[in-house]
Amino acid sequence: MKKRDVSATKDESVIGHVDNKLDVSAIKDGSVIDHIDSKSTLKVATILNIQDEERVVLVGMNLESKCLGKKGIIKIGGKIIDQKEVNKIALIAPNATVNIIKDYNVVKKFKVAVPETIEGIVKCFNPNCVSNHHNLEPKLHVLNKNPIRLQCHYCERVMDSNDFVLT
Amino acid sequence: MARFKQRDIISIRHFNKEELLYILDLSKHMEGYNHTDILKGKMLASLFFEPSTRTRLSFESAMNRLGGTVIGFAEPGASSTAKGESLSDSVKIIDGYCDIIVLRHYLEGSARLAADVAGVPVINAGDGANQHPTQTFLDLYTIRKTKGTLEGITVGFLGDLKYGRTVHSLAYALSHFSTEMYFISPSGLRMPKDCLEELRQRKVTCHETESLLGISKKLDVIYCTRIQKERFADPVEFEKVRGVYRLSKAQLEEMGTKDDLKILHPLPRVDEMDESLDGTDFAVYFHQARNGIPVRKALLASVLGAIE
Ligand SMILES: Nc1ncnc2c1ncn2[C@@H]1O[C@H](COP(=O)(O)OP(=O)(O)OP(=O)(O)O)[C@@H](O)[C@H]1O
Ligand SMILES: [Mg+2]
Ligand SMILES: [Zn+2]
Repeated sequence: MKKRDVSATKDESVIGHVDNKLDVSAIKDGSVIDHIDSKSTLKVATILNIQDEERVVLVGMNLESKCLGKKGIIKIGGKIIDQKEVNKIALIAPNATVNIIKDYNVVKKFKVAVPETIEGIVKCFNPNCVSNHHNLEPKLHVLNKNPIRLQCHYCERVMDSNDFVLT
Repeated sequence: MARFKQRDIISIRHFNKEELLYILDLSKHMEGYNHTDILKGKMLASLFFEPSTRTRLSFESAMNRLGGTVIGFAEPGASSTAKGESLSDSVKIIDGYCDIIVLRHYLEGSARLAADVAGVPVINAGDGANQHPTQTFLDLYTIRKTKGTLEGITVGFLGDLKYGRTVHSLAYALSHFSTEMYFISPSGLRMPKDCLEELRQRKVTCHETESLLGISKKLDVIYCTRIQKERFADPVEFEKVRGVYRLSKAQLEEMGTKDDLKILHPLPRVDEMDESLDGTDFAVYFHQARNGIPVRKALLASVLGAIE
């Protein structure tokens, strides 16, 4: 992984310039979720249960990005996030990249991937589906990843991104 | 080999061609009074959260005729759901009382939920507008019995194709058998787009029309369904289509049909089939209803492992 001049970003209390763009502060060890579609940033934060974190968490929105226009970013100090956990966000932030930071350097980088089964994030759109009654956690099977097509585990209805509802 | 022992019967989509044929062959074997004690000592819990006379009674009759016993209820008022118990709690408890559960429920996906929480196998006897797989097995059985084959026939589906779950499931099941399909309905009650798309992906030749005129001579089977008045915002619209989709002996003679055309209907009918048809060789709908017994015997026996 590439080495960076960390002097500009080392101080956690300032906003530093990284790769010539405005970025939020540096962390020593932890995880950075980058390239989040800006509007979905807070939703991603909610899905990752960041409000329950006791560690340092930095959330940035509307940052400049070459490929996304405006992007969001979430940095979690001291926590190595695993791929499975982060795949939960793939439906709403399909372009997100996860960077694992060790001693200010990116030591691992991966893209989020849509899992085979999605539990608890999107609701079935069918009002007559048993999952929308009886306090059930919704469960959907991924039929196709791009474009996304999901099938309800219970009522078998197939839905695309226009149909399904985030919980 | 088709494996059915301890398997849940939830959706017709879960069965491949070999498995469909296995159940049809076994159903034939189950015609008449035989195998009268193969389910001795087995108990069926028949849970009907929505009333249904024919499906419920034919399951209970099938179970009894194979020597098994039945417990259950025929309407939700008689269950503890009326006291606010959740479906999964009810199923978890009843699971301990029986060897197999047959469930009819108004919510879609309820049978899947029951199968996920029950240790014993669950047979879906209708979950809302979603699936009713044993009806599809008996429709297939009736077609094969009366036509001699399922391969390469031409089937017309007539009536309410939008809300008719029996149509969606049967069309899907027939897609294993290179069937050509005509979908004949008023424009507001056409086959849902995703059903048609799925059939076309499965290489089925599908045609959509608004009347039998001009195609009646091509059909080997007509699968007729009821058009419900409630589906129409405007009662005048309903009156208009009602006549067009009402089959009678005179109308079929006038349009012309194959001599060995067979007409199926999942019943109950209201007035979509004239009584003049009842005595003809075309009409197999009463026979079809009777086929519910051997088909359900076959499913119960194979799921309970009484037949290999
Ligand atoms: N020590 C750190 N503390 C906080 N954030 C960091 C740190 N190091 C890198 N980042 C952030 O992690 C992300 C990935 O860093 P990297 O150096 O790989 O940038 P990049 O080459 O632009 O990557 P990409 O091609 O994924 O956009 C960037 O948003 C960067 O600001
Ligand atoms: Mg970058
Ligand atoms: Zn559903």
